[in-house]
Amino acid sequence: MTLKKTILASVIGAAFAGATLMPLAASAETLRIGYSADFETLDLHEQLSGGVLRFSHMTFDPLVRWTKDFEFEPRLATEWEQTDDTHTRFTLREGVTFHSGNEFTAKDVVWTIERLKESPDYRAIFEPIESVEAVDDYTVEITTAEPYPLLLNLATYIFPMDSEFYTGETEDGNAKDEIVKAGNTFASRNASGTGPFKVTNRRQGVRVDMERFEDYWDTESPGNVSEIVLTPIAENASRVAALLSGSVDFIDAVPPNDLDRVRDAQGANLVEVPGTRIIGFQLNEETVEAFQDERVRQAVDLAINQEGIADRLMRGFATPAAQFSPEGYAGHNPELTPRYDLERAQALMAEAGFEEGFSVDMIAPNNRYVNDAQIAQAVANMLSRINITVNLRTMPLAQYWPEYDERASDIAMIGWHSDTEDTANFFQYLTFCIDEESGAGQYNYGSYCNEEIDALVTEADSEVDLERRAEMLQQAEAMLYEDAGFVMLHWQNLAYGAADGIDIEPVVNAIDFPYLGDLVIER
Amino acid sequence: MIAFLIKRLMHAVLVMFVISLLAFAIQDNLGDPVAQMVGQSVPESERQALRERLGLTDPFLVQYARFAKNAVQGDFGNSYFYGEPALEVIGRHLPATLELVFAATLIIVLFSVPIGVYSAIKPRSLISRFFMSASIIGISIPVFLTAIVLIQIFSIGITVSIFPDATGWGSWLNGLLSTSGNMPSFGRGYDLVHVFGSWDTNLATLSGLQHLVLPAVSLASIMLPLFVRLIRAEMMEVMQSEYVKYARAKGISMRRVYFVHALKNTMLPVITVGGVQIGTMVAYTILTETVFQWPGMGLMFLDAINRADIPLIVSYLMIVGVIFVVTNTVVDLIYGLVNPTVKLTGKPA
Repeated sequence: MTLKKTILASVIGAAFAGATLMPLAASAETLRIGYSADFETLDLHEQLSGGVLRFSHMTFDPLVRWTKDFEFEPRLATEWEQTDDTHTRFTLREGVTFHSGNEFTAKDVVWTIERLKESPDYRAIFEPIESVEAVDDYTVEITTAEPYPLLLNLATYIFPMDSEFYTGETEDGNAKDEIVKAGNTFASRNASGTGPFKVTNRRQGVRVDMERFEDYWDTESPGNVSEIVLTPIAENASRVAALLSGSVDFIDAVPPNDLDRVRDAQGANLVEVPGTRIIGFQLNEETVEAFQDERVRQAVDLAINQEGIADRLMRGFATPAAQFSPEGYAGHNPELTPRYDLERAQALMAEAGFEEGFSVDMIAPNNRYVNDAQIAQAVANMLSRINITVNLRTMPLAQYWPEYDERASDIAMIGWHSDTEDTANFFQYLTFCIDEESGAGQYNYGSYCNEEIDALVTEADSEVDLERRAEMLQQAEAMLYEDAGFVMLHWQNLAYGAADGIDIEPVVNAIDFPYLGDLVIER
Repeated sequence: MIAFLIKRLMHAVLVMFVISLLAFAIQDNLGDPVAQMVGQSVPESERQALRERLGLTDPFLVQYARFAKNAVQGDFGNSYFYGEPALEVIGRHLPATLELVFAATLIIVLFSVPIGVYSAIKPRSLISRFFMSASIIGISIPVFLTAIVLIQIFSIGITVSIFPDATGWGSWLNGLLSTSGNMPSFGRGYDLVHVFGSWDTNLATLSGLQHLVLPAVSLASIMLPLFVRLIRAEMMEVMQSEYVKYARAKGISMRRVYFVHALKNTMLPVITVGGVQIGTMVAYTILTETVFQWPGMGLMFLDAINRADIPLIVSYLMIVGVIFVVTNTVVDLIYGLVNPTVKLTGKPA
C-alpha cells in the first residue's frame, strides 16, 4: 500500500511540477516548415543543390555568409586578410563547439576544404584553391594557384565539418568520411556541425525533426526557434493549403497563381524577394544557320516582350532582364534594359534576308522553373510575329536534360543560378566558346562563340582589384547584349508564405537559403 | 486448395518477371537519373563516371541480367535518391498506403451496402433518386478535384456571403454554409503510434484519425458510387428471381427476405469486383497521396518517376503486381467460402 501511495504521490508531484514549468516552456517555439523539396542527403559534399545548402545553413555555419545586399557577414571566420596576391588568412571564431561536443579549430577548416576538393560536385568550383594550412589553432591560410578575386564567394560554401566526428570507420568497415552518391554512407546519415539546429530524427522525403543546439555559439542571435519540424510538400496547391489551414507555419515557393491568395489570407503573410536565377533561351547556331547572323539573334531578342511575360504570365513574380547579372552582382550593368521593339525586329529580319522567316524546334522543361512551359509557349507565339514558326516540345525535367545534352533542337530554354553568386560564372557556363578539355561553355547549347567577351571575362577573373573587375564584367554584359548572344527573359522571384507572428522577412534572401537560426517568432 | 495456391504463386512469379522486363525496357524513356544527382557545374567526365558506377552504360540485357540475378536473391538494388535498398524504402512507405486503402474500403463498405440496398428496395423514392444522381456526379469528378475541394471546405474553410447578412435568415444561411476549416490538410500528423517494424499507425489516436479522414474520403469518392450502383443493380435483379418470389409467397417477413435471402446472393459479384477494385485503389492512391502529401507508396512512386529513380520504380511496379495477384487470390478464396458450389482446383477453369 505504501508503495502505491508513493507512486501516486510522485505522479501527482510530477504533474504539478510539469504544470508549473509550463510558462517557461511556452517561450520555446516550434516552427513547422513545408518546403517544396527535401534535402537529398545530410552529407554537405555529396550534392551541390539548393536543398542541401538550406540544410547546411540550419545545421552548420559557413566561414562567411551573404547578407541580403550581397555583402559578406562574418560567421565562423571573424576576420580575413589578403597577405599577397595568392594568399589569404582567415581568423576563426573561438569558443565554438560542434554538436558532438568537439571543439572547433583550424584543423576542421583544413579538413573540410580538403574534402571539398575531393567532392565530385565541388571539385570544379574549388579548383582555384591550391592548398590550405592551419597556421595556429584559430588561423588558416588559403593559397590559390593564381590571383583569385572570388575567394570569399567560395568561403560561403565552406561549412566546417567536425573532422573528429567524421574520421574513422563504421561498423561495416567503410570510412566515415567517404563521399558516395546515392550510397548509404555514414556522412549521409549523420551530421555534426556548429549550426543552430541539430537533426534529431529524419525520415527522408517524409519528415525531419530538429532542435536548437543548446551550446550554439551565436548567443547574440535573436532567434527563438527551439524546434523545427520540416515536411516536404512537393505539390504546389497542397503546400499553399497547408499554410492557409494553419498546418504549417512557413512555406517556400508560393506559385504565382496563389500569390494573391496568400497575400490576402487572414493569418498568413507573403514575402517576395527578387531572385538571382536568370531564365532565358539559347539559339542553336549549329542547326540553324540564320542564328549565326547577329541581326537575326537581335531580332529574336527584340521580338520578345520580357515585361509582358513578367507582368501577365508571371503576375509580377519576375524581374524582366536584359543581362545575366541581377542587381547586387558585380557585373550588373544598370544601363542594360529590355528592348522589346517588334518593328525593329521585323526590319532586322528583312535586312538579314529572312523576311519570309523560317521554322524551328524549341524544347523546354515543364516542371523545373516557375511557369516554364507557359513561358515557352508565349515566346513561341511572339516569335511567330517575325515569321519564325516554332514547333515547341515540353517535357519533364528527367527527360529534359538528356535531350538538352544532345543539342539537337534549334532553341532551348534554360535557367541558371551562379554557384559563386558572381557574374563570371554565367558567362563561363552559358556563353563561353565550347572547349571540352577545360569544360568551358558546358551549357552553351547554341555553340555561341565570341572570343572578345571570353577574353575579357577571363581577364576579370584574375583581377583582384574588385572595382576594376566589376567594370570589366559590366562591359562584358554590354557586349553580350549588343551581340544578343543569349536571349534573356527574367530573374525568377522567390516567394515565401508565413503565418502571422513569424517574422520571416529579415531572414530570407535572394539566394533562397533562409537563415532560420535568426528567426524570431512572436505569437 | 494447395494446388490452387501453388498455381497462384507461380502466377505471381510470372507477373513479377513480365513487369520487371517491361519496366526495364522503358527505363531509357524515363530520363537520366544522373542529371538530378549532381550539381549543375559538374563536368561531363564526372557524370560519365557516375553513370558507369551505377551500371547505366551497359547494354539492356547485361543490365537486366544483373538485376535479375540480384533480384532472385531478394536484392532489388539501391534507390538513387534514398541511397537504401529499394525494398526497404517501399516497406517503409507501405503501411501508410495500406492504412489509407483500409480506411477507404471501410467507408465504401459502410455506406455502399445500406444505400445500395435501400435504393433497390425503394427505387422510386426521392432519397433513392438523390443517391443515384449523386453517384453519377461522384463517378465523374476526378479524385484530384475532390481532394482539393475537400481541403478548401474542411481544412481552409469557406466564408459564404451570398445571402443578405443584415437579415436574420440571411446571416443564418450564410453561417450554415460557411465552414471554419481546421481539419488537417496534409501528412499523417505527429501523433503516430508505433506498432512494429516500420509500421506506425494512424488508427490509434484521435489526431491520427483526423488526418486520415480527408484522404480516405477522397480516395473512396471514386469507388463508393460505383459500388452503390453495383449493389443496387444486383439486388434489383435478385429481387426478381424465383426463390425470392417464393420466399415472399411463403409469408416470410420482408426484412428477412431482403437481408438473408436476397443480400447474400447480391454479394457474390460485389466481392469479385471489390477484390479487383482494391488493387485499382492502390493505384489511385498516387493521386490522393500527392494532394494530401500522404507519405505512402503512391507519393514515393511519383517522386521516383520525377527523379528517374529506376530501381525504385521497377521494385514498386513489381510489388504492385504482387498485390494484385494476392488480392485476386484472396477474393477467390472468399468466393469459395461464400458460395460452396465453387471448387478451387489447380486446373484451368
